[in-house]
Amino acid sequence: MSTLTAWLRDPNPQSRRQARLGQAWMAWLRLRRNPLAVAGLAIVLVLFVMAAFAPWLAPHDPITQNLGNRLLPPLTSGHLLGTDDFGRDILSRILYGSRITLFIIGLVALTAPVFGLLVGTVAGYFGGWTDEILMRITDIFLAFPKLILALALVAVLGPGMENAILAIALTSWPPYARVARAETLTVRGSDYIAAVRLQGASSVRIILGHVMPMCLPSVVIRVTLDMAGVILIAAGLGFLGLGVQPPMPEWGSMISAGRKYLFEQWWVATMPGLAIFIVSLGFNLLGDGLRDVLDPRSAGR
Amino acid sequence: MSEDLDPSRLFDFVKKALGLAVSLFVTFIGLLFVTFIIARIVPIDPVLSILGDRATDAQIAAERLRLGLDEPMWKQFGIYVWQALQGDFGISIRTREPVIEEIARYFPATLELATIATVFGVLLGVPAGVLAATKPGSWADQIVRLVGLMGYSMPVFWLGLMGLLLFYGILDWVGGPGRLDAAFDMMFQFEVTPHTGMILIDTALAGRWDMFANAVSHIILPAGILGYLSMAYISRMTRSFMMNELGQEYITTARVKGMPERRVIWVHAMKNVMVPLITVIALSYASLLEGAVLTETIFGWPGLGSYITDALMANNMPAVLGGTVVVGVVYIGLNMLSDVLYKLVDPRARA
Amino acid sequence: MSLLSVRNLRVTFDTEAGLVEAVRGVSFDLGRERLGIVGESGSGKTMTGRAVLRLIRPPGKITADSMVFDGQDLMAASERDMRALRGPRIAMVMQDPKYSLNPVMKVGAQLMEGLRQRDKVSAQIAYDKAIEALEAVQIRDPERVMDAYPHELSGGMGQRVMIAMMLIPNPDLLIADEPTSALDVTVQAEVLAILDGLVRNRGMGLIFISHDLRLVARFCDRVLVMYKGKVVEELAAKDLLAAKHPYTQGLLNCLPRIGGPRQPLPGLDRNADWAV
Repeated sequence: MSTLTAWLRDPNPQSRRQARLGQAWMAWLRLRRNPLAVAGLAIVLVLFVMAAFAPWLAPHDPITQNLGNRLLPPLTSGHLLGTDDFGRDILSRILYGSRITLFIIGLVALTAPVFGLLVGTVAGYFGGWTDEILMRITDIFLAFPKLILALALVAVLGPGMENAILAIALTSWPPYARVARAETLTVRGSDYIAAVRLQGASSVRIILGHVMPMCLPSVVIRVTLDMAGVILIAAGLGFLGLGVQPPMPEWGSMISAGRKYLFEQWWVATMPGLAIFIVSLGFNLLGDGLRDVLDPRSAGR
Repeated sequence: MSEDLDPSRLFDFVKKALGLAVSLFVTFIGLLFVTFIIARIVPIDPVLSILGDRATDAQIAAERLRLGLDEPMWKQFGIYVWQALQGDFGISIRTREPVIEEIARYFPATLELATIATVFGVLLGVPAGVLAATKPGSWADQIVRLVGLMGYSMPVFWLGLMGLLLFYGILDWVGGPGRLDAAFDMMFQFEVTPHTGMILIDTALAGRWDMFANAVSHIILPAGILGYLSMAYISRMTRSFMMNELGQEYITTARVKGMPERRVIWVHAMKNVMVPLITVIALSYASLLEGAVLTETIFGWPGLGSYITDALMANNMPAVLGGTVVVGVVYIGLNMLSDVLYKLVDPRARA
Repeated sequence: MSLLSVRNLRVTFDTEAGLVEAVRGVSFDLGRERLGIVGESGSGKTMTGRAVLRLIRPPGKITADSMVFDGQDLMAASERDMRALRGPRIAMVMQDPKYSLNPVMKVGAQLMEGLRQRDKVSAQIAYDKAIEALEAVQIRDPERVMDAYPHELSGGMGQRVMIAMMLIPNPDLLIADEPTSALDVTVQAEVLAILDGLVRNRGMGLIFISHDLRLVARFCDRVLVMYKGKVVEELAAKDLLAAKHPYTQGLLNCLPRIGGPRQPLPGLDRNADWAV
């Protein structure tokens, strides 16, 4: 262990990999000093564990109805968080619901940033009219409030998980395009890009091989910070009945189902909301901590 | 000053104003283009949704002609833009009323809610952010940070339900959903002239203070919840702007002059913080329109958010798209407004 | 009798990388004279100046065996006492007027602020005094400058405004922290001459902080040479060319001289032992 840390802390790294890992190690040390960020990381890790082991963790089946056990309050034996209006165990549904949440944010995190990165780097690299047109389109998408545009899109495409993901992805790429463009503008004029160009590399090759990798770190930070927002929009769509459809245990639609029983059986709406809140708080705490660690301007605080 | 008459300055001003107008127009056209595309890929036949499925072929053909559906796409878009510029977003399928008139009726309720929420957000968020910035790392700072992040992390519809459960269901401190108690609702319809469409102003103008008090008890919870979201955003941004300004050299100058810390923070630093903060406040105001969509559904608040979601459920596409465009326009308008205000506050931007 | 007496002044910063000592045991005495503090960047000269005003931002900490200004112990003074000293008794001119003047307040408001807020002077008297102060720093149309924002002034004008602002309450001690480094060379001499004249006429003490050894020598009575937070040499300005310490000699040698030898200028020799 001590040789490993010594290797990581080596001020004169022997390889690029060592330098990078050393950087990451220092970042981790700084992150560790921020208790809120560590709490956030723990929450996110718990989410992954929940999703991975849902079938083993859940005491009951999340879909099978049992009308004899309707609306049992929390702490009933066998139903820690109570049951819903179809007698389904709320804890089990929340555990399985974590898979849906992870699936949605995973797909959005894979699509929107890639598209934004493409638009941003192309706009930044070519400049001129290409830049003008692409950025104008980006601005137009930014002019729409995200949720309302997503609503309109889902209304057109029809409700369902795939369409909800598509709508969220379509509304969340513009900020990434902005970030990537700004980053591209700073590297575009640098000598090593000119060197690659002089060797006869095509624009496609330069953008994919040399510009995009430079933009990745700032986009990745942005993605972590945005995940909480994605969770909230997905839950909002689910709540309005436009996202994942019942009987799938999506947290937003679970709240919507519990709304009828709000004043008598409060737990039906409260529990899934708590789950959404805790998970997106986790992402926010982690993202906030990461920004403090990775943004050199706020590091010297 | 005499420079104001300088022709080159006047030319610059005209050029800037024109540039602003052009970019405003282009964004607006783009907005319409997006909604136009959305409208064209709807699987719902606009003719059938207007006429119902028992219409004759002749009726359908006539309606297609009237709606211009036989024209080429670019011409249809031209017609759409031309109508939109005149405020014509078509006829609401449910009520057969022009969409724009319905929106005009629903919009003030949202405006009222968002305005009160923003006032809450600014009055609480700015001092909280300043407090956190002046004592970085302190308990106060940690609390402001955590409360802010919690606001970022809560689904607003869930927060609304929890608020209703606690303050209405259990404590009975506030009025429930709707703008008034049922007993007042009828009276309001008949006895109060809707001058502004905003219930607090209208009841006050009518001198119906009993109704006013009731309206306050209804608006306080949804406005407080949206205000919390706005506070979360404003306090975080204020903190980071204030931290940045307090590190500047002119702050040291003010201290060297022997100015008390209160004045250093609230006058010297605050004047500079105001510059970016204005944009933030405008953005948070705009984002409350978005938050209002879900909040209004929870609280049965008859605003634009409820209008759009109800229309969605009823497959009332003209209403959905009209509402979307209006929200987009308000968004753009607020952005422009913040640009203008920015210049008023920052002397460097004026030059 | 000395105006300012500093014994064993230390400024430390508790950062993530550990404890950093910016000033490590500096002692000096100052009468109504002009004292230069010279050193390269990072030598602790700026921190020494700010420590006298107790204006080191956290996490920085100031300690000293004693720091006495005109009979008053600055280390024991309350924050309120310090505020009463800052401005009327001790003032400071900073490096770059672009950053040291508040960008969104009119020059006039900044000039009159001390008079209006602290001395509760009427608007008319404050205005007249501000105009007078601007005239004293040889600004030709003071009315227009009063109504301008800092970004509308040139660097030289800005620095003159800064000097005027700091001299309005007639302080006993002025700390000038690289007051001309950010200015064009052509303006530097002018601003220096104004500063020199005002300090001389009003008989105030001056701490002149600079990296430019020759400038300091011309301008001051006495010079402290700092290196890595310590005073390595103290000498009268006229004896500068006879400096004994190798660091001081190094500072002197890395400046070109007309008629000097035409070899490449030597790099500055830094020896860690000097800082021990």
